[in-house]
Amino acid sequence: MKQLLSTMAGTVFTIGVNAGDDVTAGQSVMVLESMKMEIPVEAETAGKVATVNAQVGDFVNEGDVLLTFE
Amino acid sequence: MTEKTAYNERLEQKLTTIFAGGHSKYHEKMKEQNKLFVRDRLALLFDDGVYLEDGRFANSEAGDLPADGVVTATGKVGGQQVCVMANDSTVKAGSWGSRTVEKIIRIQEIAEKTRVPMLYLVDSAGARITDQLDMFPNRRGAGRIFHNQVRMSGFVPQVCLLFGPSAAGGAYIPAFCDIVIMVEGNASMYLGSPRMAEKVIGEKVTLEEMGGARMHCTISGCGDVLVTSEQEAIAEVQRYLAYFPANFTEMPKVVEPKAVKEGRSLEAIIPENQNAPFDMYEAIDQLIDEGTFFNIKKLFATEIITGLARIEGQAVGIIANQPKAKGGVLFGDSADKAAKFINLCDAFGIPLLFLADVPGFMIGTKVERAGIIRHGAKLIMAMSSATVPKISVIVRKAYGAGLYAMAGPAFEPDVCIALPTAQIAVMGPEAAVNAVLANKIESIEDPKERLKFVQEKHQEYKEQIDIYKLASEMIIDEIVAPSDLREVLAMRFSAYSTKHIPQPPRKHPVYPV
Repeated sequence: MKQLLSTMAGTVFTIGVNAGDDVTAGQSVMVLESMKMEIPVEAETAGKVATVNAQVGDFVNEGDVLLTFE
Repeated sequence: MTEKTAYNERLEQKLTTIFAGGHSKYHEKMKEQNKLFVRDRLALLFDDGVYLEDGRFANSEAGDLPADGVVTATGKVGGQQVCVMANDSTVKAGSWGSRTVEKIIRIQEIAEKTRVPMLYLVDSAGARITDQLDMFPNRRGAGRIFHNQVRMSGFVPQVCLLFGPSAAGGAYIPAFCDIVIMVEGNASMYLGSPRMAEKVIGEKVTLEEMGGARMHCTISGCGDVLVTSEQEAIAEVQRYLAYFPANFTEMPKVVEPKAVKEGRSLEAIIPENQNAPFDMYEAIDQLIDEGTFFNIKKLFATEIITGLARIEGQAVGIIANQPKAKGGVLFGDSADKAAKFINLCDAFGIPLLFLADVPGFMIGTKVERAGIIRHGAKLIMAMSSATVPKISVIVRKAYGAGLYAMAGPAFEPDVCIALPTAQIAVMGPEAAVNAVLANKIESIEDPKERLKFVQEKHQEYKEQIDIYKLASEMIIDEIVAPSDLREVLAMRFSAYSTKHIPQPPRKHPVYPV
């Protein structure tokens, strides 16, 4: 199963997708807030979102799973 | 026309055998992999395909080892004399015997004596185990190749084009080069092959996972430029060399200036909200001569951009934060990437342009455990000790040690320029107000009152760090309208071109690693 990992530590600011959504490669699926910056998180490849593993306000560390794909 | 004598016929026979390389089945295999025969690579690389070869008859008496699996040559690339060693993987998989190693050492010695760039076209399985005593541990064994590379580092440019494997000890050839260009799908670099890893440590992985070109160009940082074909690799090295002098005593050439790429103005590109991302590449395009950007480590540590370019025909090395990737925050990898690039430019007289939009170095347990401080120290040391002309431009924010890393005022840039959007501080307004007034903010119960208080304090803080105040205090040297920046940079780089700073009397600094 393909996963989308957090590239850096931060707090989940907004989530732009739900389980079941189709995403395209390069689509912004989430925004983290880290170091007072908005960090857009982009899907690396196209696919259907299986699970969203974080909620708005959650702390995520570098390498944590944000989304999984079917 | 050569006269036909028995002597000449023997010579011709010998040459025909040598020029043919290894067995035809290996030539077929190369074609399947979209690889070129070593002599075709050299014909593409050198101006008009012309070169002088040394050690051509090496091991020719062995019969099946033409040129002993390596062609060493000197010729011109873009008008510049260069020395080249190129493995022939049709001959025992390009492996190294004693004469192979001796040929490589000799061409390095010629590059050093004639003070010209040294290119390594690598495609080799590594040592010939059967010949190890003749090529591995001795004084003029393979170790000497790396010893020579180290001595020549910063003396002449050294470039590696990785066309195939670069295994075990051989993997240090690319490691000691200034840059490594890798062909995706064919190039690989590893100390132990997947087969060896399975036998020795029990790990099962593919060659690409272990040491493929894309992995090295995106994750390990051992690769600098990822290309899709050998032809592209050769075109890239030709483009790269045009930015460099033949050796450290000469200056980079100035070429005919070109206009900037058509596009949005810097005012339109750079958002006023300090926290909103934008694409720094688009901003760079508005400062440089169109089509001159040579991106180094484009896919690795993308939060910092390092590349060669030209402004009004003059070569410059650009180090720029990329707010679009990880907010432009500096990490261990970004620091390493920028440190090596700065060392490269400083060694060969290429002036440096810093474009700062940086929230600082990353914080948190993950990066502290990875030693972000010692990695950051490498960047600050490289930037600080560079003596080429250095211009620092504060594009938007430059917070904390981020200001230091990007050649802030204390590090003797020749000028520190701010755009009107610049903001220099220990930390941003939000972080600062939280840090200083956390208790007071907590104690305000009414949420509206609390928000009002915080906003007032943000405003006060912003006034304290107002860029005109910093200019008035002579902390920064100049505030420039974005639309004038390119012209100002061109004039200033030209003005500083005679800069000379004598080295302090010591052997060398103690480098952080």
